Amino acid sequence: MAGFFDRLMGRSSAKGSGSKARERLQFILVHDRIHLPPERLEEMKREILAVISKYVSVDEHNVDIALQKRDRNPLLVAEIPFHKAAEGPDDDADSFLSTEDDSPLLNEDGDEDEDDEEEEL
Amino acid sequence: MGVNAGVTTSGSRTPAPVKRARVVTITSGKGGVGKTTTTANIGVALAKLNQRVTLIDADIGLRNLDIIMGLENRIVYDLVDVVEGRCKLRQAMIKHKQLPELYLIPSAQTRDKTAVSPADMIQLTNQLRKEMDFIIIDCPAGIERGFRNAIAPADDVLIVTNPEVSAVRDADRIIGLLEAENKGPAKLILNRVKGDMVRKGEMLSAEDVTDILAIKIIGIVPEDDTVVSSSNAGTPLALSENSRAGVAFQNIARRLMGETVPFMPLDDSPNFFKRIARLFASGQ
Ligand SMILES: Nc1ncnc2c1ncn2[C@@H]1O[C@H](COP(=O)(O)OP(=O)(O)OP(=O)(O)O)[C@@H](O)[C@H]1O
Ligand SMILES: [Mg+2]
Repeated sequence: MAGFFDRLMGRSSAKGSGSKARERLQFILVHDRIHLPPERLEEMKREILAVISKYVSVDEHNVDIALQKRDRNPLLVAEIPFHKAAEGPDDDADSFLSTEDDSPLLNEDGDEDEDDEEEEL
Repeated sequence: MGVNAGVTTSGSRTPAPVKRARVVTITSGKGGVGKTTTTANIGVALAKLNQRVTLIDADIGLRNLDIIMGLENRIVYDLVDVVEGRCKLRQAMIKHKQLPELYLIPSAQTRDKTAVSPADMIQLTNQLRKEMDFIIIDCPAGIERGFRNAIAPADDVLIVTNPEVSAVRDADRIIGLLEAENKGPAKLILNRVKGDMVRKGEMLSAEDVTDILAIKIIGIVPEDDTVVSSSNAGTPLALSENSRAGVAFQNIARRLMGETVPFMPLDDSPNFFKRIARLFASGQ
């Protein structure tokens, strides 16, 4: 539909100040809507990364944490790639988990009964 | 809650007033985007469609709507006079010259902005609902008392904005506030659109703005020099058929009445018609 209108209006796909306005608006509004200025968001990202880095080795160069929106609701979307485990044989996921079973995160998961049931059967 | 929602079954408690009229508030956040122009023109357009309409200027201290309507010489009483009991509601309603079913309640010029409360506005509009089909409220810019007053009685809220970053940002703020007050979903009027600039990609388009704000659009009004000349003359554009902005306002009025009216093309350059011809020729 939008494509049809674009063609109807003979709108060029070349980037004019209109698309610049669009980008700026999207950035401004997403911060307005969560009442979080960009510096605070950066701080939050650093903290999220710090927490995750306590448990796994994060590939920091390829991290992408960004605010997006779904309809009118803000949404934090994070893509945080890990490095492969440095020591030990490059095994499957199960054995990777079992090597770090003293971490609080995994203990929490382990407490849930349903999760364990399947393995016991 | 909309039209006729207040029809009561003969019941236990005090009967609520019969909610005939729809109260439509025109707001924006940012100043100067075209609220008063829109209020005047939608009012005129609805009256031309044989609707009984009262316009209320809720911009206390900055009286404006009377001038756009060409009714400034006939003001005796104003909104604050009604609220403070110095006159009857009827006495503050100025009848339009050409359109017998169009009235204006003017705002007060130099008074305390807190003279009117949201409860006053609800009471006043309830009094009018029985006798009108539409009550249209021209909201002042900003989000203070005047904004609260204007949205308190609203059944529908229309947000006017321009295709500019700052105006759209303020519109977003208003949408958020309205959601918090359960006054949504508001609808959008995009005013002062320049078709040629949109075509060149140098201006936000209606699709851009509705996409970013995630609300429905009820009107797209082109930039039109005749808006200024008609304001100068005190004869809203929508009185006649021959301006693009006037037609856009008439279309909004018809959409308010539930009609499905296609959005008119924003571009009247000769090329536009060639392009349409080409599109249809190519079977698209
Ligand atoms: N579609 C249009 N084309 C050209 N000029 C316009 C258009 N709409 C509004 N204007 C002009 O913009 C100016 C501001 O319009 P208007 O007074 O309606 O805005 P407003 O939102 O009511 O302002 P305020 O916030 O001060 O109450 C006026 O000079 C008006 O003539
Ligand atoms: Mg105004």
